[in-house]
Amino acid sequence: MAMSMEQVPRLRPGFRFQWEPAQNAHVLLYPEGMVRLNDSAGAVLKEVNGERSVADIVTRLEQQFPDAGSLENDVSDFLKDAEQQHWILFT
Amino acid sequence: MSGHHAMPAGDRPGIGPPLWLLAELTYRCPLQCPYCSNPLDFAQSQQELTTEEWVRVLRQGREMGAAQLGFSGGEPLVRQDLPELISEARQLGYYTNLITSGLGLSEAKVTAFRDAGLDHIQVSFQASDPELNNAVAGSRKAFDQKLAMARAVKEAGYPMVLNFVIHRHNIHQMDDIISLCERLGADYVELATCQYYGWAFENREGLMPSKAQLEKAEAEVNSYRKRLTASGSAMKLIFVTPDYYEERPKACMNGWGSLFLTVAPDGTALPCHSARLLPIEFPNVRESSLHSIWYDSPGFNHYRGDSWMPEPCRSCDEKGKDFGGCRCQAYLLTGNADNADPVCSKSSHHDRILAARKAADHATAGLEELTYRNTDNSRLFFRG
Repeated sequence: MAMSMEQVPRLRPGFRFQWEPAQNAHVLLYPEGMVRLNDSAGAVLKEVNGERSVADIVTRLEQQFPDAGSLENDVSDFLKDAEQQHWILFT
Repeated sequence: MSGHHAMPAGDRPGIGPPLWLLAELTYRCPLQCPYCSNPLDFAQSQQELTTEEWVRVLRQGREMGAAQLGFSGGEPLVRQDLPELISEARQLGYYTNLITSGLGLSEAKVTAFRDAGLDHIQVSFQASDPELNNAVAGSRKAFDQKLAMARAVKEAGYPMVLNFVIHRHNIHQMDDIISLCERLGADYVELATCQYYGWAFENREGLMPSKAQLEKAEAEVNSYRKRLTASGSAMKLIFVTPDYYEERPKACMNGWGSLFLTVAPDGTALPCHSARLLPIEFPNVRESSLHSIWYDSPGFNHYRGDSWMPEPCRSCDEKGKDFGGCRCQAYLLTGNADNADPVCSKSSHHDRILAARKAADHATAGLEELTYRNTDNSRLFFRG
């Protein structure tokens, strides 16, 4: 299923995103589980707040990383993957 | 983007931080499940840690990098200071899990815990119907209370994890169990076959499913899983099969002193909740800081790395994968915790596993013949 750029992702209930100094990384916490995120996954999930659309997130990340070029595909791919893993939901 | 990273480095070369802290608040429990993982002699356990002592442990653990926190027991709800501990833990930044039988829980508590910052409540069941559930739990009213509390947990907006311990007396109920979980709206269902430590080791013959029972259950779970996927359900089934039917041991706790730190009700710090049965001296949080316990204590360093390994582990090319298996299982089955876990077909003690499988094929004992986990039975184990 194609993801629309207007869709708004949010974390699945019970999931928490936070920075862990001891791991020097962002992590996703959920019942009895934890995923340590790499820098790019952390940067995307940091922008997921249940209000921003995929397009908003791409714009914000492209502003933060002006040398990275177009991020639309990378961000969409990651969010699709995150939805399949049931980390996020789309409203 | 895969999203994952390698594990982080800790304060000592080769030793990562304890990312998971299990706080066993008490050994007191209203239920008597014959597979309880608490020590057989729990009734002689010394004074429980005070609220202040637990708060200190939580702070020290969080400072070291622990992110997942389990409140467990016994039944953690019997601790009157639970709301205070939840609140402290959440403020420190832990993801807080309450692992409960549901007995002693109420709708008011479910809400109060949520307001204190509790992230998740896992309710355990013993079976999919009241008769069997209550017989296993040794409590007549357990099942109805569990159902009511599972609904309250869902209603309050928590993610719902339901846990069923599976053994030869309920393994035929897989379909009913999963369908009950679906009706309750579970997000995760743990179908955890007994692990044979503590009371479950004592009752192994009466609990261990036969190979045929296990295969049938696996087929049922797999076909249910397919139906869930086809219907777009996010409910996840986690079926933990008994390692007694494997030819290679499990990578127990992901390695000794690698990720997990358990603190027992009396403050004893352990690399897993069963390790207390080993003839090793473990430190106590009343006497040492969690940092020195984790990084410097002889108990936690005892089985780190692989220089302790005898053959066949020493020269095995899989030792980096399974770390020789489980030390507690090696001790229980061979009398020496240094030995390879006898689950491994390379172990010279593998015949003990084969004998247990054979016994499971012929076992006839009913539920009433099991030794139930209660104070009277526990006293028998230390009075001798």
